Amino acid sequence: MARYITSKLIYTLLSLFILITATFFLMKAIPGDPFMSEKEIPAAIRARLDAQYGLDKPILTQYVNYLGNIVQGDLGISMKKLNQEVSSIVGQTFGVSLRLGLIAVVVSIIVGVTLGLMAALYHRKFIDSAVMIIAVIGIAVPSFVLASLLQYSLGLKAGIFPITGLRTPLGYVLPVIALSAGPIAYIARLTRSSMLEVLHADYIKTAKAKGLKWPAILWKHVIRNGILPVVTYVGPMTANIITGSVVVERIFGIGGIGKVFVESISNRDYTMIMGITLFYGIILMAARFITDIVYVLVDPRIKLTSGKEG
Amino acid sequence: MKKKSWMLLLTLVLVIGTVLAGCGSANETNTDSAATAPGTTDNGNASEPAATDANLAADQTLSLNLTAEPPTLDPAQAQDSQSNTALRFMYEGLATIDAEGNPVPGAAESWDVSEDGLTYTFKMREGATWSNGDPVTANDFVYAWQRVLNPETVPAPVYAYQLYYIEGAEAYNTGETTDFSTVGVKAVDEKTLEVKLTNPTPYFLGLTSFYTLYPVHQSTVEGNNAWATKPESMVVNGPFTMTSWTSGSEMGWTKNENYWDADNIKLSNITATIVNSGATETAKYQGGEIDYAGAPTGEIPTDQIQPLSQQLADEFKLTNIASTYYYEFNTEVEPFNNEKIRKAFAMSIDRQSLIDNVTKASQTPAYGFVPTSIAGLNGQSFRDMHPDSEYFKEDAAQAKQLLEEGMKEEGYTTLPPITLLYNTSENHQKLALAVADMWKKNLGVEIQTRNEEWSVFLESRKTGNFQIARAGWSADYNDPMTYMDMFVSGGGNNNTGYADPAYDKLIEEAYKGGNDLEKRMQDMADAEKLLIQENMVIMPVYYYTQASLTKPYLKGVTTDFSGAIDFTRAYLEEH
Repeated sequence: MARYITSKLIYTLLSLFILITATFFLMKAIPGDPFMSEKEIPAAIRARLDAQYGLDKPILTQYVNYLGNIVQGDLGISMKKLNQEVSSIVGQTFGVSLRLGLIAVVVSIIVGVTLGLMAALYHRKFIDSAVMIIAVIGIAVPSFVLASLLQYSLGLKAGIFPITGLRTPLGYVLPVIALSAGPIAYIARLTRSSMLEVLHADYIKTAKAKGLKWPAILWKHVIRNGILPVVTYVGPMTANIITGSVVVERIFGIGGIGKVFVESISNRDYTMIMGITLFYGIILMAARFITDIVYVLVDPRIKLTSGKEG
Repeated sequence: MKKKSWMLLLTLVLVIGTVLAGCGSANETNTDSAATAPGTTDNGNASEPAATDANLAADQTLSLNLTAEPPTLDPAQAQDSQSNTALRFMYEGLATIDAEGNPVPGAAESWDVSEDGLTYTFKMREGATWSNGDPVTANDFVYAWQRVLNPETVPAPVYAYQLYYIEGAEAYNTGETTDFSTVGVKAVDEKTLEVKLTNPTPYFLGLTSFYTLYPVHQSTVEGNNAWATKPESMVVNGPFTMTSWTSGSEMGWTKNENYWDADNIKLSNITATIVNSGATETAKYQGGEIDYAGAPTGEIPTDQIQPLSQQLADEFKLTNIASTYYYEFNTEVEPFNNEKIRKAFAMSIDRQSLIDNVTKASQTPAYGFVPTSIAGLNGQSFRDMHPDSEYFKEDAAQAKQLLEEGMKEEGYTTLPPITLLYNTSENHQKLALAVADMWKKNLGVEIQTRNEEWSVFLESRKTGNFQIARAGWSADYNDPMTYMDMFVSGGGNNNTGYADPAYDKLIEEAYKGGNDLEKRMQDMADAEKLLIQENMVIMPVYYYTQASLTKPYLKGVTTDFSGAIDFTRAYLEEH
């Protein structure tokens, strides 16, 4: 286990390093810069800005300096949100996305697994078809369509929920639905097919033959085995959702990290782009890492090995 | 009706999709301005009848939306219209602009201008204080302006050049001298501020209401780089103080009881959400979450302008603003190095038809560069004094003939391939395609259109990597000069390669001759004539309007010539 974790950690660091390097040079390669504006800045002022932010140095020097700062845990100061620390902006906006995202993740898992299980148990019955139709719609309708529809019908026309913002608990309802619709559909399908497989497995027949009670079989054997594919999916999905959906944040006016990330790219806010990319990188790697570990805990057939002994 | 709103929704959805797909264009109208000179505009808005306390709503909280979070609340660093709106709540310059667009006393209670128009002496207002109770003195202005100009200030204030009218300011800012006493601004005593200008500048008083020239509170600013990023550390001299700021979501202000004119401030609180989606903003307005929607604080989607102007006729308003939409020619590359070909292109589009069918917001067709809301003299606008209809006429037949003559001069049998460049946005795209179509019909030329993301586009234009490109220009102050000085030879914003000594001379004379107002206006009109009638360096398309929605119970909101908005004297009626 320790060996596994160490090797994982080394790979993670290496991936992050590649990520930083690639993003840094790609970002510098796009035309434009943070101080570009429609109205030309006088040359003397422009030169001073470049010097103050270190943009007058050769790119390699800038890169090395940036790496140096990261190692010291310094993400720098935003070039567009003046005098604001990148780390504090990331912290504040991620907090918002995280809270919303975690609710959406929990809702997705509970609703998705329940629907999938129902569909499997009532295979080829009405409930099964209904769930599958919902699932197809959930996957097919893009979140910006769903979000706008919800906002228009339940927010503006019916007036049940606030149109934007997360000021009240009610405010969470529409964004959570918009965020979790896709994952619910996906999880429902995954659960259904894997449960169906398990339900037909020999050990379930054996369990039945032994005279075990059905709820016990369902809980101990069916769900525990049927949930494995879902676990694999939940890791990346969580990382995906908590890093903020640009679309949903934009439509519901939520000050999350997804919105800031997109803005920072169109503004060429170099330090923000780097800071958020790095942060995303860490979250994604962490999610994968945790998924691997959880997988082992759930499925004893899998062992953590790093190569030869396997 | 039902069907209509579903169609509307569908369009809205598609629009959002497109916007997201090319999310680079949000900055484009970001540069902005506020200064005004005497004798202004008829555009806009209104001095509302004074509020009687009887019909005031009990809760005087104004709710707004901002399309973007102000990048800074430091007056020295601001450059955009969102910061402008927010800073206006919190600060007051020497002068402010009244509903008619005239400069009236603000932090200064009176001023004298010397005979030669070069020296301004401001008397500071008795009893004007900062939000912490300190008096506002002449030294606060000297400190603030020195801070803007000081080369040591981090980051370097971009709008420092808005102070270059002051004697010695440019030399100090560019580091030619480090001696601030050479700069023409000094506090004669606590209550007297003396400002010396390089040239007589008729619009200087208007400029003192601009945010770059706001005072700042010295002991707050010194030693705290992040003073303007937290509500609790901002000491201000305007009608409102900031009380909350949730990054990326919401900002809030409360009335400043220490403001000298607090008796005339009716609003108790202002809250602004930050939502960057015109469709959402419009929905918020319709759902009653905000009291004002649309420009300049927010945005109404183009597709909704027509339906809303009918559904909410009493609340919907289109205002002429000081911005011009035009295409610029690169006069250094083929085929637009030929003047006749440039003229042919400019004359062969039907602007009114483009406005009626494509842009659909009652813009004014433009045949000149200076928009209709820029002031001229004696209460007339510059455009009234010098109508742009003289510059050229739309005439497809003559255009075709000019094109043929031009092609002969250059020895073309067919035109070289032409590409029209614009920045990624659905609206610019629609217009570009419609214009290309008119050229095809009227001139028989096939042109390509190409879009680029905002920063890439700016870079292309700056480096001359285009043949014909979309452009827009908004005023910094209420005077034709804010447009006309742009096309001097080698000017930083002149991407066209146009260099004409005669033009340069006219602009220089207008700069120096600030005391002969008639001649100054004439010089600028002659320059505009050279730019468009003679040389057709740019092809004007329209003068912008801005669309907004105001709840019927919200009164006392004023908009100036540039479209900048002032909510500070607003109030809410019972509703």
